[in-house]
Amino acid sequence: MTLGIVGYGGYLPVHRLAMADVAATLGSGSARGSRVVASYDEDSTTMAVAAARGALAGRRTEALWFATTNPAYAEKTNATAIHAALGQGALGFAVDMAGSPRSGAGALRAAGAAGGLAVLGDVRVGLPGSADERDGADGAAAFLFGPAAEALAVPIAHSSTSGEFLDRWRAPGEPAARSWEERFAVEMYDPLINEAVAAALAEAGLSAVDHVVVSGPHTRAVSAAAARHAAAEVLPLGHAGAADLGLRLADVLDRATPGQTVLTVSAVDGADVTVWRTTERVGSTRAGVRAQLEAGRAIPYATYLTWRGLLDREGPRRPEPERPAGPPAARNTDWKFAFVGSRCDKCGFVHLPPARVCASCRTVGQMTATSLADAVGTVVTYTVDRLAFSPSPPTINAVVDFDGGGRSLLELADARPDEVAIGRRVRLTFRRMYTAGGVHNYFWKARLMEVSDGQ
Amino acid sequence: MASKGIRDRVAVVAMGCTTFGEHWDRSTDDLLVDAVTECLAGGALTPDEIDAYWLGTMTSGMSGLTLSRPLAIDHKPVTRVENFCATGSEAFRNACYAVASGAYDMAMAVGVEKLKDTGYSGLVRPPVASDGTSADLTLTAPAAFSLLDPAYCAKYGVDPAAMREAMTHVAWKNHVNGARNPRAQFRKAVPKEKIAGSPLVAGRLGIFDCSGVSDGAAAAVIVRAEDAHRYTDRPMYVKGLSLIAGPGSGPIDPGYDYTTFPEVVASAADAYAQAGITDPATQISLAEVHDCFTPTEIVLMEDLGFSPRGEAWKHVLDGAFDLDGRLPVNPDGGLKSFGHPVGASGLRMLFECWLQFRGEAGERQLDNPTLGLTHNLGGRPGACVSFVSVVGKELSAA
Repeated sequence: MTLGIVGYGGYLPVHRLAMADVAATLGSGSARGSRVVASYDEDSTTMAVAAARGALAGRRTEALWFATTNPAYAEKTNATAIHAALGQGALGFAVDMAGSPRSGAGALRAAGAAGGLAVLGDVRVGLPGSADERDGADGAAAFLFGPAAEALAVPIAHSSTSGEFLDRWRAPGEPAARSWEERFAVEMYDPLINEAVAAALAEAGLSAVDHVVVSGPHTRAVSAAAARHAAAEVLPLGHAGAADLGLRLADVLDRATPGQTVLTVSAVDGADVTVWRTTERVGSTRAGVRAQLEAGRAIPYATYLTWRGLLDREGPRRPEPERPAGPPAARNTDWKFAFVGSRCDKCGFVHLPPARVCASCRTVGQMTATSLADAVGTVVTYTVDRLAFSPSPPTINAVVDFDGGGRSLLELADARPDEVAIGRRVRLTFRRMYTAGGVHNYFWKARLMEVSDGQ
Repeated sequence: MASKGIRDRVAVVAMGCTTFGEHWDRSTDDLLVDAVTECLAGGALTPDEIDAYWLGTMTSGMSGLTLSRPLAIDHKPVTRVENFCATGSEAFRNACYAVASGAYDMAMAVGVEKLKDTGYSGLVRPPVASDGTSADLTLTAPAAFSLLDPAYCAKYGVDPAAMREAMTHVAWKNHVNGARNPRAQFRKAVPKEKIAGSPLVAGRLGIFDCSGVSDGAAAAVIVRAEDAHRYTDRPMYVKGLSLIAGPGSGPIDPGYDYTTFPEVVASAADAYAQAGITDPATQISLAEVHDCFTPTEIVLMEDLGFSPRGEAWKHVLDGAFDLDGRLPVNPDGGLKSFGHPVGASGLRMLFECWLQFRGEAGERQLDNPTLGLTHNLGGRPGACVSFVSVVGKELSAA
């Protein structure tokens, strides 16, 4: 059975780092442009969840491939946290493809062949003042593959080449990658890309396409390859690692019209080329990659360095929180990872977290699980906590009443103290609350909706 | 069936209370020895006469050994209790009931907390293994109580600037009172401008809107009321004791509006019924309430029935609860001046009633007070325990 993309999502965090700030702080470097930056409470897993929620749009998937160069855990599978946060229950396959940026193309190829969800998420870190810091980007993209008859785009040709050469590398545990001379890689990539593109176009029976995206960590090699195609489109986003190819494909799908052809090239230690054809369904759903890219707000360079662990700052005189314990987290997986509460069958009161005895009518044991992960809520009261332990103080907390029932006291993500007010509308976002004892404490925060779409 | 109460059945015949403060030179053991020794000496009592002990401490030790070892108590029943910030009051309540039951002739309630050995700002709860999802894991106490401020202003249409003035007045008043108390941690009046402009801790709460962190201990000896005059000519009678744990549903119940503590309302009603109080605003002579943060005291004035709903902020600004007001609140200086060594605070509040009834309150002495109220709140808005006691100078007319 031929499979195609039946849904997709893209996620870019809201924070931006201005290179002028970096240059002023370090006293050197280019002051032009800015990069997209994951917040302190985001990682490749949480951003993957954000993108995957858009791709799934409430559907189930039998399989999930998660690609990243920056996994939150080694040894423990990260895809299972994404699977759980998507409310997928126990059934299904969830696996990491973690390591090089090529994992992004790998996840797409695997999901395209077997059906299921490819989720690509990455946080790209470079040493202060490095090209990787300047030219990187954080974000995620996700693609759900299903029957071609329901698809908005179908792959019509693939071709790959592989090359073993020392371009970029990083030993596990090192904070940043190293690279060889730029001109060396340009020469190495050129034939690998050309051969794969020629083969894919030949297989597709095409000499030209409507859209071309070229993705890769090597800026000059990518530019050189893109220059060969008049249709090449450059999304003004730094390189997002394993999520890069996905974000650029999502951006093209955001703007494509039915019946168009798209050539995607991922140049990482070889080249992975796919030719896609959009269907009449393209446009039925959009990820809004460009709009997210254009939104954004600047954070100071010192804040960025602190978030990435590159600046160790004095904390409050408060104990660090305890690491979450395995058994209670396992017992409460649906609550912790998918924000599933319980609704009393007798009186309808919604319990967050789920309870056995109704807090309203006291009925025992007559509850039905109810997910509020997609619920919209309203701020009832709030505070700004300047004493709490946080990697990015102060924390903002709000009491949120959800439409249709349920209340929770939640942290606000991506907000400034002056933005919160009684009556503001919020949605939920999956975040890393803190990390303690080597354990990431994942849970949900509230995020302010735009005043225009909330009121 | 509501609580029946033990009105006028037991009395306090001796009390002790250490100075509260940063006692770098005194351990938990030292504080216990100091408070118990002062208490026994005041009543001319010997340890042999005490039949049973209740010790309140939240984090400074576990089990009855925390008290029996430093005092070398010789094979007596010693029970350690914990109930958040009502811990000291809980020790007192259990000791009173033990005597009222007839099980013991004389019991001692002791409370202690040694907070300054942790090195942390504010209270720290011992960790419990969890799934990591509770807001309480990271949200600090000042932040949790600061949720009251915007909710109260919104509900009653109070100008935030006026609310800020009322919060400032609470801190100013309690520091004025504490300046007259030799046992207080902070013994200086603080100008209102300094309070209002202090560095922010959470929401609109500045440093001066928060109670301090201190070490301290206090103790009380309880006997049957009919035996009281064998030990003192001026005993303090227990009129009512109420401890209420709420269902903790405020943080999950859209019906809760963060402008009241339903647990306090319930425990006040319970204690008033036991004590035969029908109009607390006029019958109570002084109140020692849990002013952990300034908005808390404002809301408590309504929950305890001292002000109508939405009016307390005005009464506070009018000086109704000042030392010379219609109902002095926290005449000893409150948590604001004493800090809050959790296990000791409830007994420290009773100690002020004890001094006031005996005419031993010095510069803070009120004019012939007859009924005192003490109140503790443990937990956070929407999910707490509340304790209210009513104590009196005299036995009620039959």
